[in-house]
Amino acid sequence: MSEATTQQVTASLPEGRYFFSGNEAVAEGALSAGCRFYGGYPITPSSEIMERMAARLPERGGVFIQMEDEIASIASVIGASWAGAKAMTATSGPGISLMQEGIGYAVFTETPCVIVDIQRAGPSTGQATKVGSGDIMQAKWGSHGDALPIALSPWSVQEMFDLTLQAFNLAERFRVPVYLMGEEATAHLREGIRVPERVEVVERNRGPGDPFGTDEPDGVPPMPAFGDGQKLLVTGSTHDRRGFRKTDDPETHRVLVERLHKKILNHAAEIIQMEAYHLEDARVGIVAYGFTARSALFAVNRLRKEGLPVGLLRLKTLWPFPYETVEALTGSLAHCLTFEMNMGQVSGEIQKVCRCPLSVTTQVNGTIISPLTIERKIREVLS
Amino acid sequence: MTRALEGYIRPEITGTPFCPGCGHGSLMGTILRAIEDLGWDMDDMLFVSGIGCAGWIPSPHFNADTLHTLHGRAIAFATGAKLVNPDLRVMVIGGDGDLTSIGGNHLIHAARRNIDLTVICANNMIYGMTGGQAASTTPVGCFSSTTPQGNPYPPFDLCKLLEGAGARYVARFAITQPLELREAIKKALTLTGFTFVEAVSPCPTQFGRRNRIDQATGMIRYLQEHCLPKEEATGSEGPDKIITGEFVGA
Repeated sequence: MSEATTQQVTASLPEGRYFFSGNEAVAEGALSAGCRFYGGYPITPSSEIMERMAARLPERGGVFIQMEDEIASIASVIGASWAGAKAMTATSGPGISLMQEGIGYAVFTETPCVIVDIQRAGPSTGQATKVGSGDIMQAKWGSHGDALPIALSPWSVQEMFDLTLQAFNLAERFRVPVYLMGEEATAHLREGIRVPERVEVVERNRGPGDPFGTDEPDGVPPMPAFGDGQKLLVTGSTHDRRGFRKTDDPETHRVLVERLHKKILNHAAEIIQMEAYHLEDARVGIVAYGFTARSALFAVNRLRKEGLPVGLLRLKTLWPFPYETVEALTGSLAHCLTFEMNMGQVSGEIQKVCRCPLSVTTQVNGTIISPLTIERKIREVLS
Repeated sequence: MTRALEGYIRPEITGTPFCPGCGHGSLMGTILRAIEDLGWDMDDMLFVSGIGCAGWIPSPHFNADTLHTLHGRAIAFATGAKLVNPDLRVMVIGGDGDLTSIGGNHLIHAARRNIDLTVICANNMIYGMTGGQAASTTPVGCFSSTTPQGNPYPPFDLCKLLEGAGARYVARFAITQPLELREAIKKALTLTGFTFVEAVSPCPTQFGRRNRIDQATGMIRYLQEHCLPKEEATGSEGPDKIITGEFVGA
């Protein structure tokens, strides 16, 4: 089986430092990755991504379209991907809810695409302009059936650029929708970022070969495009290796659904990224992600100056979830703490494997969790 | 001669899934004959469909790229593919429930934007696949599994809807008018921009048997009796008449 290929290409902007908002950085990360199609619908706090893509994508030979709703947006993205383009959309929680049927279709038809979710405080319309992290479980479980997309969690404007680029690479490599789980705070934060001269991008394997099956139980099949003369047969119904509907065959469905899981889980080591801070000798460890991890690191660094044995595990990949790392880490800690801008969505995953006492702090008021909140909580645990 | 269209069908296909008396097989043949008349290469074509009986007209049968999508969303998928590869000749085939009820928003917006797609709506006036529920096209008073006292709501006039939305070409013919239908499909395919053909198709299984037209031949007769060319229409026809012809871009 041939594989997706990796190339070095020129980034979307001249090498240098730029003062960008997170949303602007997402757009440039996408353009650097080779995104050629954007289909979207306006929604706060993600709209600046769409606006920058509307201006920048046509300059670079791509296609931008504002669709009539988020359902149409994800549908247009999937159609564009099958026509051979790297494709994306960006939205926020309510739009992600509307896209779920389409995202499940993308998982089942193995359509590479990138979905940027600039999370705001929900549920429902909630606090439309305020920060939240309430979509982590929706990304994993929002679509019916057992879908397994990839989800990345950036903590800085630099990572809004870097992880958007990586999201495209993972999507092309594994033929799967990839979420960038941004947050309002990072999307509207302005920071200096470095755009390198060249970036590494992955190009999908366009075949030939059966587009919906592999001999390996965890393989990623090649993906020709419409117009390649392959007479593609793409369907969201249960299908065999060539795409023929086999909705009555138990074995076809089992093999397909299990392969879609295994192609992600058996390659988790390739996908999962995280960063450890001061964990070597830590007695108390925080597990955090996204903007909250910034506050956590600030608090940890302060307490370390006092000589307190605290550390931080920062998750950059939320799905697939790094259960093994969390299990190993918590085995060496006296106490684990989590802080989330939701009611404890990731904490529940940690709880599944946690080998030490776990303290969960949740904050759902539309504001970021401050370093002081984290510092106080750690002192409570240490006292 | 009877095998003339064989090359347009995937070699693995041995039959269609349509019920006896369904008009969709006839529509399938009419679409392929229109493509054959034009001499188009199926490798240049992409057929996009949604969920419902008509979604199975191209998928898996047509020997071309086929994209069988979600209920209602075929036009939005097709929009993305067409914009990325303008060389693809993209046809969307769907039923009335798929394209005009759950997918109605995508239909009118693609027409408004004049996306270069040909949309064939196989209108059987009912939800066939799910068991005969009322559609946005079911005539007033007709019985369905969800209108046991008769449908209280008027249907869309799809051609007027598409005309209002800005489609480049709009026509309606029944499958009982195969020659006119074939010419309309050819015109829709060759014109650039958003083109729409409503193909009225009989569903004896779900529509007919609930409305005392149990036989396939009865449904054919029903269509023949109710279809009226627009040139012969006076404007004072009752709502049960199906006015046929080219309404935009003739």
